[in-house]
Amino acid sequence: MPADFISSLFVFILAAFLGFELIKRVSPLLHTPLMSLTNALDAIVVVAAIIIAGRHETKLSTLLGLIAVVASFSNMVGGFLITDRMLHMFRSAKAKKS
Amino acid sequence: MTAVATQQLIDFSYIAAVIGFILALKWLSSPASAMRGVLVGEIASGVAVIATLFDPQVTHYKWIIITLIIGAAIGVPLGMVKMTAVPQRTALSHAFGALSAALIGIAEYYVGTPHLSKFEMVEIGLEVIIGSLTFTGSLIAAGKLQEILPQRPITYKGQNVVSLSTLGAAIALMLILTVHPEYTHLFEAMVVVALLFGVMLVTPIGGADMPTVISLLNSYAGFSAALLGFVLNSKVLVVAGALDGASGFILSVIMCKAMNRSFTNVLFGAFGQVQISAGKVAEQRAVRSASPEEAAGILAAANKVVIVPGYGMAVAQAQHKVRELFDGLTKRGIDVKFGIHPVAGRMPGHMNVLLAEADIPYDKLLDMDEINGEFAQTDVALIIGANDVTNPAARTDNTSPIFGMPILDVDKARTVMVIKRSMGAGFAGIDNPLYYMDKTLMLFGDAKNFVGAIVRELAGGHE
Repeated sequence: MPADFISSLFVFILAAFLGFELIKRVSPLLHTPLMSLTNALDAIVVVAAIIIAGRHETKLSTLLGLIAVVASFSNMVGGFLITDRMLHMFRSAKAKKS
Repeated sequence: MTAVATQQLIDFSYIAAVIGFILALKWLSSPASAMRGVLVGEIASGVAVIATLFDPQVTHYKWIIITLIIGAAIGVPLGMVKMTAVPQRTALSHAFGALSAALIGIAEYYVGTPHLSKFEMVEIGLEVIIGSLTFTGSLIAAGKLQEILPQRPITYKGQNVVSLSTLGAAIALMLILTVHPEYTHLFEAMVVVALLFGVMLVTPIGGADMPTVISLLNSYAGFSAALLGFVLNSKVLVVAGALDGASGFILSVIMCKAMNRSFTNVLFGAFGQVQISAGKVAEQRAVRSASPEEAAGILAAANKVVIVPGYGMAVAQAQHKVRELFDGLTKRGIDVKFGIHPVAGRMPGHMNVLLAEADIPYDKLLDMDEINGEFAQTDVALIIGANDVTNPAARTDNTSPIFGMPILDVDKARTVMVIKRSMGAGFAGIDNPLYYMDKTLMLFGDAKNFVGAIVRELAGGHE
């Protein structure tokens, strides 16, 4: 098995366990914003899309990369925007009075 | 700057991004710190994107800038949708995420073939299969949630065999490609078969199972990004994908537990069949119904009221009227709380977002475990558009298809009021014994109109 695969596997296992621990602590109140936020973070795939498109190896790979840039960057922008809007709505009774 | 120094700078920006992602999730643990979390996530993602633009491999900028602008132009309206449209927007964003992961995998295949090692072929193949099936599956889910497609489960005999064979075929094509990399058409066939499997996976699933399905698709979208990280040897993708995948997975587990069902049961169990067999003819039993005046009178006399919202509240767009009711009762010194079942609505946390949008303070929104102990001291439990999650048969009747499902113990309240369009059964197609209890009053009508009428009565009675 390639060494790159093994090191990626290490990173994956650690990140997955860390993810479990972090997400278990998220209040059920915020499960919808959690999903939109993780979607926006996952849109970091856009960096790979930029590289594939920017390397300009073949016409096809460039085209696929560019479509991927559109799909993932729209997710990044839209995901952060809606998470932000949702979280603005969550206010406690105390905060509302003041 | 030398190419090596630039590369190192980019790597450091990715490490910073990963730290940002982890903090973003950590701070999402409570509403008080959540805003900070989003900001950190935004900065982290922005830094990573900008750093990538300086990557020496990137030589053609014009189209990248154009597509980034197009992406932002699509993203902004998708970020501005109404809260009632959040479930379908979320499904659509799973589709976009999976699509980009799949397309990058496909591009890598065409660049690399026929010089890919067997190992690389399997990595790319799995990545593209998961990305493709998540893409079409999420589109179907979004279509169901938007009601472009029917919400009911669409099933036929032998469905599971056909679906699983389709998935098997996609994997078989991938394995053939490891031995015969020269047959590039098999790769195209594999993509098509995986896309088809995504459609078959979600079509049989009904609307009420959407919270689980949307979480599972979330998890698949995350894991496809992580697999892409393996393919490209990009640790930032591995981490982001693992976090997203873990989040979707945990939410799926929570949703399944809240329905007392297993993953396989949700995906392959076809609740639709249960629906038919369990749809026993409801006996014509007497129920007591009440008018808005009577309901307002009972609510006004209460000390403690718990409101239980369900998908019916979202459909009727009643959340703003519910806020008026909350205000009217609170003004009279009545303690009003909301009891939220984990699978109420069409996605995890759906009810909380709708009620927060209607400006109800979040400390009044309690989840099932927090509220269940309080029903015994509750004067009125008011159920708005929820059915199966309040069905006491889940506790007592071991022949019921929902037996064992954790429910909100509304039947322990002194009086139960149920706003419902008609006596039609809920999603599971089972009768709800709650409606025939002596303490239960049925309030027949549209949720929005009925709550509005109660609010008017309360205001009128106050003057």
